[in-house]
Amino acid sequence: MTETLLDIDLKEKEEYIINMGPQHPSTHGVLRFETCLLGETVKYIIPHCGYIHRGIEKMCEHLTYPQLLHLTDRMDYLSAHMNNEAVSLCVENAMGIEVSDRVKYIRTMFAELSRIASHQLWWAAFGMDLGALTTFFYGLRDREKILDIFEESTGTRLIQSFITPGGLMADVHPNFQKRIKEFIVYFRKKLPEYDQLLTGNVIFRERTKGIGVMSKEVAINYGVTGPSGRGSGFHCDIRKIAPYSAYPFVKFNEALATDGDVYARYIVRIKEMWESLDILEQLVDNLPAGATMLELKAIKAPKGEFYQRVETARGELGVYIVSDGGPSPARMKFRTPNFSNLFVINKIAAGHKIADLVAISGSLDLVIPDIDR
Amino acid sequence: MQAEQLINLIATWAPEQLPGVSKQYPEVILPAEKLHMVAKNLKENPETMMDYLFCLTAVDRKDGFHVVYHLTSSTFNRPLILRVILADKVTPSISTVSDVWHAAEYFEREVFDLFGIRFENHPDLRRLFLEDDWVGYPLRKDYKDSFTLER
Repeated sequence: MTETLLDIDLKEKEEYIINMGPQHPSTHGVLRFETCLLGETVKYIIPHCGYIHRGIEKMCEHLTYPQLLHLTDRMDYLSAHMNNEAVSLCVENAMGIEVSDRVKYIRTMFAELSRIASHQLWWAAFGMDLGALTTFFYGLRDREKILDIFEESTGTRLIQSFITPGGLMADVHPNFQKRIKEFIVYFRKKLPEYDQLLTGNVIFRERTKGIGVMSKEVAINYGVTGPSGRGSGFHCDIRKIAPYSAYPFVKFNEALATDGDVYARYIVRIKEMWESLDILEQLVDNLPAGATMLELKAIKAPKGEFYQRVETARGELGVYIVSDGGPSPARMKFRTPNFSNLFVINKIAAGHKIADLVAISGSLDLVIPDIDR
Repeated sequence: MQAEQLINLIATWAPEQLPGVSKQYPEVILPAEKLHMVAKNLKENPETMMDYLFCLTAVDRKDGFHVVYHLTSSTFNRPLILRVILADKVTPSISTVSDVWHAAEYFEREVFDLFGIRFENHPDLRRLFLEDDWVGYPLRKDYKDSFTLER
């Protein structure tokens, strides 16, 4: 039977459900969007998570603080240093100890390097999601330089577990400062290429401007933080509102945009890479001398409850420790940024075409193990 | 608004409130039936404007389940902790705050999944991470399963 125009019209009015994931190249992890479509238009999305739920919070209750530190790398693996830093700061605040300035500077430099590396990978994959394969090679080429710096000082490239309660696992490599200075010079030249490739591209702008608009009220109400929240004008940078480590010593601007669309979130991340380079430049020459590890007899949080907020590459990470005074916590909660960032997707993607859903979920920069924990 | 003023303001809404344990942020312990009213007032009062719930979780303690709300204002940036102690450990339940802060909808689903605390009037209270037919609530202290190592 031949299909008439009327049949096609009827089909357009019919709802149907497709599953995007659990294995889909644009979800960058194991996550399933139950997507209800009306023709090509998304009617609603129900996110299904838990495919890689490992019960990290339960495991933490049986481990000591230096042990459970290693689990935190495996949440948001692109912000491993910041996750370690959050746990370390929380335990240090609980014990009432303060690390040396040298440790603070090194922690902040590692955090900012991680932020750049994370945004580079996001930029690379985001371009690829939208059909521009070239960005992937450019992004990974530059990210490699940062991973080399990590490897030289920490021994590993992706998940380092380098920042521990009381200081650092070891001192940095003698080449550390030299390599960072080289990287700043190198990446200042390469970052404008990113703009030439994507930011100014007409096709890219058409596909991102006015898509997935999230108002400031929605961002706050859903708890969307990090570059995704700042793209909507939500002042949520923990480095500014509750400074920790070496952030009180440096000058930088909180990258903000007000449009709240995919393009605004993109611009915020590009701006953040420039700001991170500035922060690195301010710290790298002033690295003070000092011990990198405090001498502690035992790492035990006293009885009580402690909370620490840290800005990772994706938003606000909260570590909540309930301690009975023992070597391991009675309860450990991680308020992870991607968890809250994920669930806004139904709100901002409903009504858009399914091709835009890829752009929208890409712009939220989700890392799935961080959601499931 | 300073911490003391804030706690006095909450006391006018809920006179039964008790001081909390946190030394870091101001904290109040509320009775379960007053929680929703206080949450709504904190969000709508122009002097507090607590519009950003950044963490909601539960803790299994000896005196019951503690449901802990970390909230702040995006304008004033002064965090506050609300705590509700649910003494009933068999069928704990509390009213939802997902109509006040949308972020709570998913935090509450997670707490329901892992602690088995029911949130009354929640729009979509299903398990979030575990399978729908999972038996028990893993983050409870008395949870036992056949393959977890005993320590």
